[in-house]
Amino acid sequence: MSAVVSLSNVHKSFGAVKVLKGVSFDIGASEVIAVIGASGSGKSTALRCINALETIDSGEILVCGHKVHDAALDRRALRRDVGIVFQSYNLFPHLTVAQNIMLAPSCVKNMGKAEARALAEQVLAKVGLLEKADNYPEQLSGGQQQRVAIARSLAMQPKLMLFDEVTSALDPQLTGEVLRVMEDLARAGMSMILVTHEMAFARKVASKVIFMHQGKVWETGPGAMLDNPQTKELSEFLSNGL
Amino acid sequence: MSLTPVHIEFIAVGALWTIGLSAVGFIGGSVLGFSMALARISPSPLLRRLASGYIQIVQGTPLLVTLFLFYFGLAVIGLDSLPAIVAAGLGLVIYSSAFLAEIWRGCLESVPKTQWEAAECLALSRWQRMTRVILPQAMRIATAPTVGFLVQIVKNTSLASVVGFVELAQAGKLVNNTIFEPFTVFIVVAAFYFAICYPLSAWSRSLERKLNVGRR
Repeated sequence: MSAVVSLSNVHKSFGAVKVLKGVSFDIGASEVIAVIGASGSGKSTALRCINALETIDSGEILVCGHKVHDAALDRRALRRDVGIVFQSYNLFPHLTVAQNIMLAPSCVKNMGKAEARALAEQVLAKVGLLEKADNYPEQLSGGQQQRVAIARSLAMQPKLMLFDEVTSALDPQLTGEVLRVMEDLARAGMSMILVTHEMAFARKVASKVIFMHQGKVWETGPGAMLDNPQTKELSEFLSNGL
Repeated sequence: MSLTPVHIEFIAVGALWTIGLSAVGFIGGSVLGFSMALARISPSPLLRRLASGYIQIVQGTPLLVTLFLFYFGLAVIGLDSLPAIVAAGLGLVIYSSAFLAEIWRGCLESVPKTQWEAAECLALSRWQRMTRVILPQAMRIATAPTVGFLVQIVKNTSLASVVGFVELAQAGKLVNNTIFEPFTVFIVVAAFYFAICYPLSAWSRSLERKLNVGRR
């Protein structure tokens, strides 16, 4: 099986602070990986490195055939294959929901207006927000905005989706509606990496859970590993969460 | 001798030149200033340094001196002395460009960095990110301070009188030289300046209010 994402021995520092100290893992097609760990464990940084939002100090990252560690990386080509959703939604406030979604397909793929609009409606239907197409982001709830952000990424038909603590700013009810969208995506065969604090969701949906601690991959296993932690650190992390 | 309609008319024509000179300074300054603002946030360190050097030099020089430099200086280096209107126009363009560049750079940078990131992650090119995502948001922020600065430009055109350009202030001075009633004359001149500037600052204030309340 060829890996969609492959990290080997990735190091990354911010100034004197070493955030990633030799991170390695592989992700196959249609796999859903949940990355868990305490704040400062490097999980969000690892995710951002995969999308070249951060440049790494050493090691190798291969994503959908792109050499992300290479200085000659074609970032725009990489971003056509990889979608990312942020904790703070980052919708464009001056554009309507539909325009937010249509922007990238029309700019990057030169899609015509009617075709882009149809595509926007198609992905909005997927996240259950078709009726909000002509609203502005600020008129939506946090959960709705996050679903729009997911739809905006989906419109580019990525091969891999990254989710960076996408429910951390939401209350439990809104969290539920966003997680349901993500679960649908996973079932449809999308390759996904999610950095999350939602343990129940990780256990249920993830094909593999990666526990990061102090900039390293500390423990890896199926969702069930959360019920039976092998290391002291993971069991401490899980019990603190309760 | 006292103020006659002929004098008022002379001052009014000066006011028209003030408006014209302000327009030249603002339009020219906008074009140059916008390029400088873009250069200030460009990925190239060389461009950034050049633009910031330009801005520092212009902002650190009194407009009066800039005007003298254009009026007399260019003659010294062998060019024919510029007509007063060209020297005054050029001086104001240079002056406004440096200040507008800094105002607009601030507005561009006040759009959250996460907006750049989100646009980047959608595979938009730098140009597309700028024109489709950042500029529309920055322009909303920039409108009020830009109109506010326009008032400064109008008032600063009075300095063009030093190179002999007959705008509003110079027209007042000339009228006073014939009737020797400085208080009356400059009250009239001040009233003209106020009539030009007040609508602008009122507009700027109302824009600011609108932007603070609403989204658009």
